[in-house]
Amino acid sequence: MTSLKTKIIGLLAGLVMTGSAFAGDLVINFDDPNPAPKAGFEAAVEAFKAAHPDVNVIVNINDREAHKTAIRNFLSADAPDITAWYPGNRMAPFVDAGQFEDISDLWASDANLSRNFEAIKPTMTRHGKQWGVPYSYYQWGIYYRADIFAKHGIEEPKTWNQLLSACDTLKANGITPFTIGTKYLWTAAGVFDYLNLRTNGYEVHNALTAGEIKYTDDRIMATFKNWQTMLDRCSFVNNHATMSWQDAIAPFANGEAAMYVMGNFSVAAYKDAGLTDAQIDFFQFPSITPGLARAEEAPADALFIPSGAKNKADARKFLSFIARPEIQGAWNKTIGQLPPNSRAPINKADKFIVEGFETVSTAAGLAQFYDRDAPAEMASEGMKGFQEFMINPDRMDRILQRLDQVQKRVYK
Amino acid sequence: MNPETNSDQSQSWHRANRQKIAPQKIAPWLFLAPALLFFAVYVILPIFQSLWISLYAWDGIGARQWVGSGNYVELFDDYRFYTALKNNIIWLVLYMLAVPAGLFVALFLNQNIWGMRFYKSMFFFPFVISQVVVGLIFTWFYNPNFGIIGQVWQFFGATPPSILGDERFVTYGIIFAGLWPQIAYCMILYLTGLNNVSSDQIEAGRLDGAKGWRMLRYVILPQLWPATFLAIVVTVIGALRSFDMIAIMTQGGPYGSSNVLSYFMFEQALSEYGFRMGYGSAIAVILFLIMLIFISYFLWVMYQDEKRG
Repeated sequence: MTSLKTKIIGLLAGLVMTGSAFAGDLVINFDDPNPAPKAGFEAAVEAFKAAHPDVNVIVNINDREAHKTAIRNFLSADAPDITAWYPGNRMAPFVDAGQFEDISDLWASDANLSRNFEAIKPTMTRHGKQWGVPYSYYQWGIYYRADIFAKHGIEEPKTWNQLLSACDTLKANGITPFTIGTKYLWTAAGVFDYLNLRTNGYEVHNALTAGEIKYTDDRIMATFKNWQTMLDRCSFVNNHATMSWQDAIAPFANGEAAMYVMGNFSVAAYKDAGLTDAQIDFFQFPSITPGLARAEEAPADALFIPSGAKNKADARKFLSFIARPEIQGAWNKTIGQLPPNSRAPINKADKFIVEGFETVSTAAGLAQFYDRDAPAEMASEGMKGFQEFMINPDRMDRILQRLDQVQKRVYK
Repeated sequence: MNPETNSDQSQSWHRANRQKIAPQKIAPWLFLAPALLFFAVYVILPIFQSLWISLYAWDGIGARQWVGSGNYVELFDDYRFYTALKNNIIWLVLYMLAVPAGLFVALFLNQNIWGMRFYKSMFFFPFVISQVVVGLIFTWFYNPNFGIIGQVWQFFGATPPSILGDERFVTYGIIFAGLWPQIAYCMILYLTGLNNVSSDQIEAGRLDGAKGWRMLRYVILPQLWPATFLAIVVTVIGALRSFDMIAIMTQGGPYGSSNVLSYFMFEQALSEYGFRMGYGSAIAVILFLIMLIFISYFLWVMYQDEKRG
């Protein structure tokens, strides 16, 4: 419901959104009105204003879903000077349509961008050029009920077999090992990504989302067989197809389920559901194929300059400003995420941030997430296939053959 | 009236009268003009635009690429299209239940007892609230964990079905939710129809010994034909454009099994992972052709009625 309503509001907002920007004005369209993200962004804007009193910053904050729709209108009709968007394949349509400004020059010359963003640079790159500056990213992994694990004497699993036997213990005690809500599909992609990254590694995963290997490839089949094992021995909550990721927190909070493959943004929601820091903890998705270099999911949020921007000089100044370690540190402390600048300070008081930083900074490769790594149409069909597989694992062959067909059509 | 035939009239009268007649001819067009303009711009033109766009591969922002019938070839080879089409047919058939159900409720409510206005407004209630709210209410209603369905099943010690999460039940679950307001709509049409049923004919029928079913079948129903026709028209159109319920309750899921053409079109052309404008337009064209069959039939029936009346 919200997405439809907000889309309409977004369209309207896109139409109304200020057209009267003068030189010296810097218009920024940001996409998250939730309290913490808004506060983090606004603090960065205030710091920029203090450093550049001559620039008049005008901020439009829109709802995330509304922004996704509105951006297609405002980029061509009335471009702001800076807009929030996502890297990876999500930026591809705008880059290819020439609607984002190439800022490779900034990446080459800026003291921070040229040195402290090595890990994230590939995801901001398309056709060998850089198109935006990331301000935040977050780790994925398995969040679990530390109190339940302790009660049944389960250790944080490091390997696949340890995970499976932890599941056996949980099931023997009447607890569903994993919760998930796949109504909006993408949560299932998180599980797939990790299984594939752990079974086949980063290179194969990348090749798959780049359309270079088939879904019926033996290596991908192996991933699905592992998933089948996970479904059999671990099992997920029933009715996950009718739940959103927030709905799926209910069984996690009331102790019916003990683990959740999720991104770090979910921690706030666990706490809202009444769980304390002592009750929840995090571990990296266990290794499956021994000796494989560990790659992680770490989706980034970024800011871009539309090619129709009127004040590109100040926009570049702003992007360079938010790449600074102290700005990235403060911003991500507020929103509880990780700063992409490797020199930025992290919030040591937050155990999830400390573990998350450890997880991603030592990773051999960073995936953006299935729906950002694969083109939109492939992602949409792929995620439907993952959901169908989770409900009907016996249809594996049919689903994979179908995804092959989609792949053939999408990557021409 | 034709002023030219009156030879006694002076030239000046002719002129004056002509000036009077001209506005009489223009006036209806003047009044129609705004509606015609909007109809042309927002209905007729987009139909042809959709036809045109359906011949391209286009993401909405980049360059268009001519693919001719490519989108249609792909569509007719797309299992998702057949899932949506099949669901549309199920919608059409089952949604029709709203017509007899609405008639039944209307007959039941067409009595003079104390508090009838209250009962009528209660039955009409689902039509007044937004489809979005209806969808949400039924989503909770069907929830196996905390919904009524779940509670009832658990009371009997059974595992509750996941109606919206099971490809076998999901479409029926949504249609059932959609029937609730649709029955109320048909009921209102019949209630107004029943107001116009002539009491003389009922009297006459009663004198001739008709009662119960025969009275309904041979005296009342024929007089309700205009209401029935209208109820069928709005129900067919409602079934074909079913969208809100699906968007709210399942988003076409699980894995596309509750999709219908209108939502499939939205998903392909406008949703987060869509923006295949050409393909979406091709779906729109097919949906339009299906609707055209019904619409032309309805228009033909109405035209026949006009001719007779």
